[in-house]
Amino acid sequence: MKRRLLVLVAGLVGLLSLLVSLGVASGATTRATGAVAVKPPPVPNAAAIKAKYGGQTITFVGDSVGNSHKRDLMLAARFTRDTGIKVNVVPHPAASDASYSQLARAFSSKSSSIDVAMIDVVWPGAFAPYLVDLKPKLGAQARLHAAGIIRNDTVDGRLVAMPWFGDFGILYYRTDLLKKYGYSGPPTTWQQLFAMAKKIQDGEQQSNPDFYGFVFQGNAYEGLTCDALEWIASSGGGNFIDNGKVTIDNPKARAILDAMRQQIGQITPRGVTSYQEGEAHNAFVGGNAAFMRNWPYAYSIGAAPDSKIRGKFSVTVLPHGPGGRSVGTVGGWQLAVSKFSKHQDAAIEFVRYMTSPAVERFDAIFNTNVPTIPSVAKDPAVVKANPYLKPQIATVARVTRPSNSLKTRYNEGSKAIYQGINQILNGTPAASVLPSIKSKLERLVR
Amino acid sequence: MGSLATPAPIRRRRRTKLQRRQTRLAWLLLVPALAAVAFVAIYPLGKTVYQSFTNQEFLAGIEPTRWVGLDNYRDLWHDSIFRDSVWTTVKFTLITVAFEFVLGLVIALVVNSSFKGRGVMRAVMLVPWAIPTVVAAQMWKWMLDDVFGVVNDLGVRSHVLSHSRAWISDPSTSLASVCAVDIWKTTPFVALLLLAGLQVIPRDLYEAADVDGASKLRQFWKITLPLLQPAILVTLIFRTLDALRVFDVFYVFFGSRPDTQTMAIYDQSTIVGDGHVGYGAAVSVAIFLIISLFVVIYVTFMRVNEER
Repeated sequence: MKRRLLVLVAGLVGLLSLLVSLGVASGATTRATGAVAVKPPPVPNAAAIKAKYGGQTITFVGDSVGNSHKRDLMLAARFTRDTGIKVNVVPHPAASDASYSQLARAFSSKSSSIDVAMIDVVWPGAFAPYLVDLKPKLGAQARLHAAGIIRNDTVDGRLVAMPWFGDFGILYYRTDLLKKYGYSGPPTTWQQLFAMAKKIQDGEQQSNPDFYGFVFQGNAYEGLTCDALEWIASSGGGNFIDNGKVTIDNPKARAILDAMRQQIGQITPRGVTSYQEGEAHNAFVGGNAAFMRNWPYAYSIGAAPDSKIRGKFSVTVLPHGPGGRSVGTVGGWQLAVSKFSKHQDAAIEFVRYMTSPAVERFDAIFNTNVPTIPSVAKDPAVVKANPYLKPQIATVARVTRPSNSLKTRYNEGSKAIYQGINQILNGTPAASVLPSIKSKLERLVR
Repeated sequence: MGSLATPAPIRRRRRTKLQRRQTRLAWLLLVPALAAVAFVAIYPLGKTVYQSFTNQEFLAGIEPTRWVGLDNYRDLWHDSIFRDSVWTTVKFTLITVAFEFVLGLVIALVVNSSFKGRGVMRAVMLVPWAIPTVVAAQMWKWMLDDVFGVVNDLGVRSHVLSHSRAWISDPSTSLASVCAVDIWKTTPFVALLLLAGLQVIPRDLYEAADVDGASKLRQFWKITLPLLQPAILVTLIFRTLDALRVFDVFYVFFGSRPDTQTMAIYDQSTIVGDGHVGYGAAVSVAIFLIISLFVVIYVTFMRVNEER
């Protein structure tokens, strides 16, 4: 009798823990609702593709932030319906450096489990030996894309990846709150942003204790390298590495990093030093922040019908430091085909579809991503959905992470940068951290 | 078994045919087990040691692999990040093992005494241990959040805290928060091991002590603790080795944050993130030696105790 009771209780405990873990797992998936109504375009030349490769199955390591996984599923479903090629969509880890590790593991073990992968704009150099040359089949389509990105994706004459969407850092701000606190427009300098964020936060916290002035990506991961590049470059402190020389340790960089450090917990949540993109957009779209630095994808989430801040926010260029000018870090993702794929031709057809003008147009409207095809970026429907494509924002000076100087060592160099900057944000003065970042980078630059 | 394999020399002369046959059979029976150990433990360890003397890279086409002698170990000696990670891991180990042992012992003593609903209690106390570590860590990460976390909410409402704190992000509380989660999760396991030890202590010893008029406290120091010692040592070894290899809680809580890396996280990021297989192998060997050191200390302590 007693034993049976024990077994029963043990079973209940097991069930309970299963339920808890399921609950946590489902809580982790970001909500993906209510983007603009637009349908995935049909696959051109589908009958011919179906005749050749129909019935094959490929695995696509795709996106995970915001609405993008939903977009991937919709496009893959349409592709499967038209061509008969099954696409197994696997979202990658949200942090770009974790995603890098995943791919590096798969490639170094010659795994055929990945056919198509999305790769960051800074990776083609490191992964080139493992990627199929797309030039023979997709060379013509590549000419539709911006020449600069195609150059970035070409390694030793081989086109190792196709541009999928672009990215650059922008400032999101609450138009209703700016008006409420007597501001006629968004801030143009960091000091203005700090002051405005403070005033709005002080006022809003009376009724909403969870409200903060400013959120960004402060976690120790690739996103912080992008954010820090914007702070330093917009203050005239260089681009970490300039003309092969490490320039990260200079008075202007120290000044802006220390200024940021002093804002942590003042106009930002104290926990912002563990925020990635998702935490930032959750705070802003949830109505708990006045300003946010993020990529364009977050616009579609804020503009969705069920969003709390729909019609109450806008975007502009990021602020700058004294004597500097506004900049945006170049981001963006490419699609590449693994050399170890057993279905390379089917995979290439999928890449052809995903990087076509029609799909880029769909992505730009559904998920507010930056098109890499100039003619798509001029499409009136696309411009209407993406206010950041207005010339006064889209022409902001772009800054690039130092992947050209660090080449295959980029990931290691970026880690030195984001770990150091995270240490500064967590309370260490810039003057005692920047010299060690500098010496680490100097060992990697060749 | 050991005496069959390596008998004392004086007996060798007098060994009978039967004994020799048994020795041969013993070796034969050992072969599969030895082969399995060689395949899953000795081969990978040997390969890691070999790699630690090379400059092997994770991805192809970066540099040809060559023998670099002791270079990796020389760099490791001067690697302040690795030294910090060792220190972080050791601190974590000492704190968590101490707390888990004391709390686990108390819980084990409680559920070992007879009371109504003891069976239910013993099962329920295992709930934290049954939740996968990554899931538990993510759950606690949200509960400890400075904006929407329930811990801060309860703390502020009950006036224990004056304001919300970022337990995980703030360097002054980050190690404490990760230790707390590990203690919460692993104390039941310690309690379970100690409970098993408690149950083999014969009841009549306590009855005799009662008759002699020994107090409960005296019974604990003179009977329970000495007889529990083997179980305690096994538990401490288990927990210490586990804590020294910790990866998951730290990874979920801090990602690549530099001030809170454990040895295992540093090793992983060196190999997979930076792509330095050779150097990472040297780190692995160093971790192996550090953990071995703890094993040697424990085993020596155990043997000294047995001889006494």
